[in-house]
Amino acid sequence: MRVFARIRLLIVTIALLSIAAAVPVYAQKLGPDGAPNPTASVVDQQTLLKQVPRVEGRIDIPDTKAAVLIQPAGRTWDYFHEVLLHWGGAIVILGTIVLLGAAYLIVGRVRIAAGRSGRKILRFKAFERFSHWLTAVSFVLLGLTGLNITFGKTVLLPIVGPDVFSDISEAAKYVHNFVSFSFMLGLALITVIFFRDNLMERVDIEWLKQGGGFIKSKHASAGRFNLGEKLVYWLSLAAGVAVSVSGLLLLFPFYGTDIADMQIAQGVHAVVAVLFIALILGHIYIGTLGMEGAFEAMGTGDVDLNWAKEHHDLWLAQQLANKDRQRQPSATPAE
Amino acid sequence: MARMKFLCDADRCIECNACVTACKNENEVPWGINRRRVVTINDGKPGERSVSMACMHCTDPPCAAVCPVKCIFPTEDGIVLHSKDLCIGCGYCFYACPFGAPQYPQVGNFGSRGKMDKCTYCAGGGGPEAPGSVEEFAKYGSNRFGEGKLPMCAEMCSTKSLLAGDGDIIAQIYKERVLKRGYGSGAWGWITAYREDIEV
Repeated sequence: MRVFARIRLLIVTIALLSIAAAVPVYAQKLGPDGAPNPTASVVDQQTLLKQVPRVEGRIDIPDTKAAVLIQPAGRTWDYFHEVLLHWGGAIVILGTIVLLGAAYLIVGRVRIAAGRSGRKILRFKAFERFSHWLTAVSFVLLGLTGLNITFGKTVLLPIVGPDVFSDISEAAKYVHNFVSFSFMLGLALITVIFFRDNLMERVDIEWLKQGGGFIKSKHASAGRFNLGEKLVYWLSLAAGVAVSVSGLLLLFPFYGTDIADMQIAQGVHAVVAVLFIALILGHIYIGTLGMEGAFEAMGTGDVDLNWAKEHHDLWLAQQLANKDRQRQPSATPAE
Repeated sequence: MARMKFLCDADRCIECNACVTACKNENEVPWGINRRRVVTINDGKPGERSVSMACMHCTDPPCAAVCPVKCIFPTEDGIVLHSKDLCIGCGYCFYACPFGAPQYPQVGNFGSRGKMDKCTYCAGGGGPEAPGSVEEFAKYGSNRFGEGKLPMCAEMCSTKSLLAGDGDIIAQIYKERVLKRGYGSGAWGWITAYREDIEV
């Protein structure tokens, strides 16, 4: 019994000490007569703001989130959004466009060196193309409506006027909120159906050493996807998950989040989205203007045999081998 | 030109919530929205203080800066108003506001917050409605300011804890109080809102 009492005393003492250590804000100050002096114990707001990032208290109204009295982080978020994001976003996106323009002027359109063979081979099945375009159309809508929230007031507002711009922006907000779901579905489909072909292989290092097909004298071997495409896949997956999670948090305010969390979520959402747009701009360029014969892979699904030979020789060889195997009757017929 | 501000002398606030009620009544604020609230810090502990807080009508207001449709603006008197016709209910002003002033009629899943509502300093709205009109009252509440009166919350305050009016004058009143009684917990929110403090 005595041992238990001692242990209990120890626990209580530790608990009391830890409470005292945890709340230095509430430390009492005593008057000259030894009695607590409530006035002297007052924590002035400057001291309080140095101790805690947000001043919170108790509130009588049912809206508990109103219990946050002051959160100076709002000013920080304002600075992030209006200065860092505006300048950073503009530089990254316009810079990417300039770089791609320069690439077009210097490198030009990558032609099929051997010319078109006239023979076609299926590269993407209908369902794969559907998944791609579902994601792609959603992405473009999300990108444009998202950019409108940040840059619309500088770019579009002076042109269309405040009333029309407000109507556009409200519609854009709803488009952004609901198209997000088709984007997430498309992202999930793409992740699953292209997963195996995007796993890294030894040939990818070789591909990089050969200059990724941009050096005309060297041939860069690749399977179904080369390292560049694999990087687009993995980076898009990472960015897609980041914008989806942060976007869902913003879509349902105060479900497990507070204002501080939503400020961070918005920051992540915006920064990742800007980088994502830059990545996809590069992806669009190489799939359309940048390379002859590339677009039809996602357009009709069929690519020219010579294009496949130049860019995905290992995949082509495999496909042709599969075809031959199908054509030749098996030596041992099935029972 | 006067620069209108709010100042809550927390050493006088008795947490009676009359300012909250006065605001709701004067502006006929919808259910669920509180333009003004009283927050009690260190509740039940030595040094407990209550602060009445609403929109502080900031200098260089962060809500106005982040608004994607530029519907929030400061008037010549430094009162921050907004147009509910232009507001798209995105919630950005709520992220940026250091005082939790912007309120929305709905919870806001899928961006369905509705038009933002906040303290107007009892100065009507920032929309095209005529000052003092019925339409303006329905959207934004009272326009006492247009009649030369100060906000109802401060006018109703029984202990004169909540002060409204020209920033220099209310700062002077607060300074004199602190000097006379010998203590003061500071002008709550002033550094964040106006980027200046009242030096006593």
